[in-house]
Amino acid sequence: MRRGLGLLAVASATLGAALSHAGVKQAVAVNDAAILEEGFPRTLSEYGFFADGARQLPGARVTPYALNTPLWSDGAEKLRFIYLPEGTRLEADGDGLLQFPVGAAIIKTFAFGEGADRRLIETRVLLHRTDGWTALPYRWNAEQTEATLALAGGRIDLVTPAGEAISYAIPNKNQCKACHSKDGVVIPIGPKARNLSAEWLGQMAQRGALDTVPQGADLMPEWNDHATGPAEPLARAYLDVNCAHCHQPGGGASNSGLDLRWEQDSAHAIGIMKRPVAAGRGAGGHEFSILPGAPDQSILLYRMDSAEPGIAMPEIGKSSVDREGSAVVRRWIMEMQQ
Amino acid sequence: MKRLVMAAALLASAAPLAAEIHTIAPGEGSAERLQEALILAAPGDEVVLEAGRFVLTDGLSLDVDGVTVRGAGPALSILDFTAQAGAGEGLLVTSDNVTLRDFAVENPKGDGIKSKGADNIVYHRIRVTWTGGPKAENGAYGIYPVESTGVLVSHSEVSGASDAGIYVGQSSKITVRNSIATDNVAGIEIENSRDAIVTQNYVTRNTGGILVFDLPGLPVMGGGNVLITNNLVAGNNTPNFAPPGNIVAGVPRGTGIMVMANEQVWIEDNVVFDNPTAPFMVVSYTQAFDDARYNPFPREVVIANNVVDAGADDPDFPGGAALLAAFGGMLPPILWDGLQQDSQTPALLTIPGNPGWSLNLSRQGQSLAEAQPGPLDVPAYGQPWAMDGIGAPAELEARLK
Repeated sequence: MRRGLGLLAVASATLGAALSHAGVKQAVAVNDAAILEEGFPRTLSEYGFFADGARQLPGARVTPYALNTPLWSDGAEKLRFIYLPEGTRLEADGDGLLQFPVGAAIIKTFAFGEGADRRLIETRVLLHRTDGWTALPYRWNAEQTEATLALAGGRIDLVTPAGEAISYAIPNKNQCKACHSKDGVVIPIGPKARNLSAEWLGQMAQRGALDTVPQGADLMPEWNDHATGPAEPLARAYLDVNCAHCHQPGGGASNSGLDLRWEQDSAHAIGIMKRPVAAGRGAGGHEFSILPGAPDQSILLYRMDSAEPGIAMPEIGKSSVDREGSAVVRRWIMEMQQ
Repeated sequence: MKRLVMAAALLASAAPLAAEIHTIAPGEGSAERLQEALILAAPGDEVVLEAGRFVLTDGLSLDVDGVTVRGAGPALSILDFTAQAGAGEGLLVTSDNVTLRDFAVENPKGDGIKSKGADNIVYHRIRVTWTGGPKAENGAYGIYPVESTGVLVSHSEVSGASDAGIYVGQSSKITVRNSIATDNVAGIEIENSRDAIVTQNYVTRNTGGILVFDLPGLPVMGGGNVLITNNLVAGNNTPNFAPPGNIVAGVPRGTGIMVMANEQVWIEDNVVFDNPTAPFMVVSYTQAFDDARYNPFPREVVIANNVVDAGADDPDFPGGAALLAAFGGMLPPILWDGLQQDSQTPALLTIPGNPGWSLNLSRQGQSLAEAQPGPLDVPAYGQPWAMDGIGAPAELEARLK
C-alpha cells in the first residue's frame, strides 16, 4: 500500500476510534473565522484543526497527505494536512500546484523522536484568506499541550535522527514568505499534483474534494527509493522540492539566474557549466554550479554539504546536512558526461 | 479594514501618515522584539533602534512597504551578527519605499544588508563592517540592493567584504554617493545595472576601487548609462582575498576604476592615484559564455578629465615586471584590452594624448599571454550624452531632507 493511502486509512481509523470512544467529544469543527479574518491567532488550538493536537489527530474536513519527494528539514518528521471548508474542493492545475479555495488551510507539523519519545516542535500554517495566503509559525510548548504563535521565530536545541545535536531554527513569519513566495506573493509550495500519489489524488477526487486527477500527477519519484533509484529523476525532484521555491524566475534567488525547477530543461539554467554570480565564499573555490562528472568541483553540492551560514544552501530551514539528498545529487553529477 | 482605509489615505494624500514608532532597546529578547516590530510595522511606521549593541543569532527581515528603520547613528546602534547561526544575510528587505538609516551591521556570516526587488530604497548613514579586516571568510556583499528600481546609498561605509562593499546589481535609477568603501575586494560595484551615478565617494584599500560590470546569464543584463564622477579612488592595493570562483577573484590588486562590458560609462573629475596595476581599466568580458542576449564588449566608455598620477608601477598580472621594464618603469594610467564590438562602436574614448596602453587582443576570451602591448590609440570623445533621468529618483533624496 502506498504511503498516501496508508495515511488516509490510519487517519480515518484513529479518528473513528477517537470518536467512537465513550467520553471523547465530537470531532472539533474548524474555526473558519480564524482562517479568514485579518490578524494572527495567538494559539494553534484557536483554529480547531486537530481533534487531538498532541496526537496530531485531524479534525473534521482536515485530511492528511504526503509528498513523493518531501522537503528536508534537518530530518524532522512532518505531518501534513489540508483543510477544506464545507462545500469547497481543490482544483487541479495540470501537474502543478493544486488550486485551493479561499478559506482553505495547509498545516504542517514538525516533530523529532520516535514513538513515545516523539516531540512536536512547531506547526506551520498557510491560511488562504480573501486577499491571499498568510503564513504563520506556531511553537509547541514543552508539555505538548499547545502551540503558540512565534512571529519572530525561535531556536531550540535538539538531536536530529542522524544523531547530530543542532540548534533548530523555527522560521519567523517573513522567513515563511522567503520560501513561500513568487513575485512577492505568498503561495503554497508542496501540494503539486506531480508530487502527490495518484492514489491519494484519486481518493480525494472520489470524495468530491478534488475536481479531477490531472495529467502528470504522481510524476515525481518516491524519495524512499533514493539509495537505489535512478539518480536523475531523484536529483531533479530533490532540487525542485528543496531549492526551486527560491531558485526560479520570480523566486527569492532569481537574481542568481539558477533555475532548479523540475520542468526547466536548459542545462545552463539548472547550473551545468554555470558560473556563480553572488555566491561569495559559497563558491568554495569552484568555478561552476555543476561541473559534469565532478561533484567535488560543483558549487551546488559544496553548498548542500555545508551547514555554515553564508555557505549553506538552503539558507534557511537547515541547521545540518542532508546526507541522503547530497548522495543522490552527487550520484547524478557523477553520472553526467564530461 | 483598517489597512484598506490607510491605503486609501496614502493614495489620497502625499502627506505623511501619523506614523507609529516602535522603539527597540538592546538587551534581553531584543532580537525577537526587533524582528516582531519589523513584521508588525505598518506602512509609514518607524522602527527605532536605540543606541547599543543588538546581539543576533539569526538574520532579520523586513517585508512591509514604506517602513523606516532608524538607529541612533552608525557608531551607536549596532546589529551584531558575530554569533549568527542562520540565514544568508544580516538584514533582508523585500518591500518597497524602505528607508534604512543611522545604524551598523557587524560581522554578518553572509551578506550585510540585502534588498531584493525592493524599489525606492534609501541606505543613509549605514555602516557594514567585518571587524577582522579583509578575510576570505567574510561575507560577500556589505550593502546589496538587487533587482530594484530606485536605489540611493549615501553617507554609508563598508569594509571587509570578500566580494563588493557596496554592490548594486540588476537594478536601475541608482545613486551611490558620499560613501566610504575600504578593505573590500571591490569597493563599489555596479553590475548589470542602468542609469547609475557613483559620485563623491572615498574608495581606498580595496583590491579594486570602483567596478562597472555587465555579466552574462543573468535575468537582468545590458548594463550602461553610468556616471562615475568626483570620487577619490586611492591606494587600492589590497591583495585579492575573494574566494576563487567569483568574478571579482579575477580583479588584479591595484585597480582603480574598472569597466567590463557595458554601454556608455562616463568617467570624469575623479581623483585617482596609487592604484599600481591600472588607474583605469576597460575590458571585455574575459570568459567563454553561451547567452545570445549578452554583449561582452564595452561600448562608448569615456575617460574624460580626471586627476590621476603618472600610472602603475607594480602591476598584478603575469609578465608584469617585463612589461613595466618595457614601458620604462611606469605603465600609463589607462589600460584597455584592445577589444571592441566593431570599428563603428568604439569601446573607449578619451582625450587626445591621454596616456594609456593597450593589450591589443584580437578576440574576446583570448589569453593574456597572447597580448601584444602597445600605446593606446582610441578616438576622442565628443559631447556628453544626455544624463537626464539617471540616478536615484528625486523622491529618495527628498526623504533625507
